[in-house]
Amino acid sequence: MNFTEEQIERYSRHIILPEVGGKGQAKLLKSKVFVLGAGGLGSPILLYLAAAGVGTIGIADGDCVDLSNLQRQIIHDTNRIGTHKAVSAKQSIEALNPDVKVVIYKERLNADNIREIIRGYDIVMDGSDNFPTRYLMNDAAFFEKKTLISGSMFRFDGQVTIFKPHAGQPCYRCLYPEPPPKGLVPSCQEAGVLGALAGVIGVIQAVETVKELLKIGNTLAGNLLIFDALGMNFRKVKVRKDPECALCSDKATIKELITYEEACEIQAAKCEA
Amino acid sequence: MAVKVRIPTPLRKLTNGQDEISAEGKTVKDVIEDIERHYPGLKERICEGEGKLRRFVNIYVNDEDIRFKNNIDTALKADDEVSIIPAIAGGLL
Repeated sequence: MNFTEEQIERYSRHIILPEVGGKGQAKLLKSKVFVLGAGGLGSPILLYLAAAGVGTIGIADGDCVDLSNLQRQIIHDTNRIGTHKAVSAKQSIEALNPDVKVVIYKERLNADNIREIIRGYDIVMDGSDNFPTRYLMNDAAFFEKKTLISGSMFRFDGQVTIFKPHAGQPCYRCLYPEPPPKGLVPSCQEAGVLGALAGVIGVIQAVETVKELLKIGNTLAGNLLIFDALGMNFRKVKVRKDPECALCSDKATIKELITYEEACEIQAAKCEA
Repeated sequence: MAVKVRIPTPLRKLTNGQDEISAEGKTVKDVIEDIERHYPGLKERICEGEGKLRRFVNIYVNDEDIRFKNNIDTALKADDEVSIIPAIAGGLL
C-alpha cells in the first residue's frame, strides 16, 4: 500500500522499528479488531489501537457514560455524560486518528447476535465487566475461530491472557470451567477498582493485540499474566488446554451459545435520547 | 514443612489483610486444611463440598495449575509457592 506523507509522519516511530516497518504498519492499517466494552479496559485499548492505526475498530457497549465511570474510563469526558459509550468512544478515536474506521454496536451482545457481529474481525478483545458476557464472548470466539485477547480486573488485581483454541491453545473454559454462581462473588457494593489499574491491564491487552496482528515476539497465549498493584508484582502462570473442556476439547458438550444469569444487578447509566 | 501461599485480594479479609501467608503441609490438601485452622472461612471460598475445588478458583503450585498435576493431592516440597487465583470479571464483578 502507498502511505500518504502524513501517514509516514504519523506512524514514523512504528515504521522505523525493524519488527514493524512499512509492511507491518500497512498490515495494521488493514487489520480489523473488535473490542467488547468501551469502559475501563476498553478506553486504553481503543485509544492505543486507534493511535497505532488499526484500520477498522469495532466497539460494542450498551451503556451510556456516567459520572462514576470517569475515574478510569479515559476515552470519555465530563461533557459526554449521558452519551452512549460506543458513540463517545468513536468521537474520541476520530479526533485522534482519522485513518481509523469505527463501527459501533450499541445493542447488548447476546447469543443471537454476537457470532455474526465478530465474524468479520481478525482479533476480538474482551474488556467486559461481568461473567455472563465473558463466557458468551469466549464461546462465540471459539465457534468463530477468533483469537481472543482477554483482560479483567478487580480492586487491585488484574489478569491478562490470550485464548486461541483454534490454534491448539486453551480457551477461557480450560482456565475457569464455569462462572461463579449467584451469591458467591462479592456483591456489587463491595466491589471497586483502582482507576489506573485499568490502564495497566488494557494497555497490556493492546500490546498483545498489536503483536498478534504483526505476528512478532512471544505472546501470552498459554500463560496467564497476573498483576497485583498493591504488591507491584507481575507473575505468569501456565494455562493448559483442558482435555475435558466442555467447549474446546474432544469431549465438548457445549454446542451452542449459553446465556448465563447476571450475578448481580448492574445499574445502567441513564442515556440521553 | 512450610510453604508460602499467595492470597488474592478478594480473600484477604479472611487473612487479616495479608497477601501472603505461611502454611504447613505435604500436599495442597494439607495446606488448605492448615489455612482453614488459622483463617476459618477460607476453605469454603475455594472448595465446594469435601476437598473439591470450585470451578472458578484455581490453585497453582509455582506456575502449574494443580488440576493438571495431582489436583489437591499434588505433593509439595519446601519453598514451593502456592497461589490461589480466582476468576475475576471486572470493575463491577
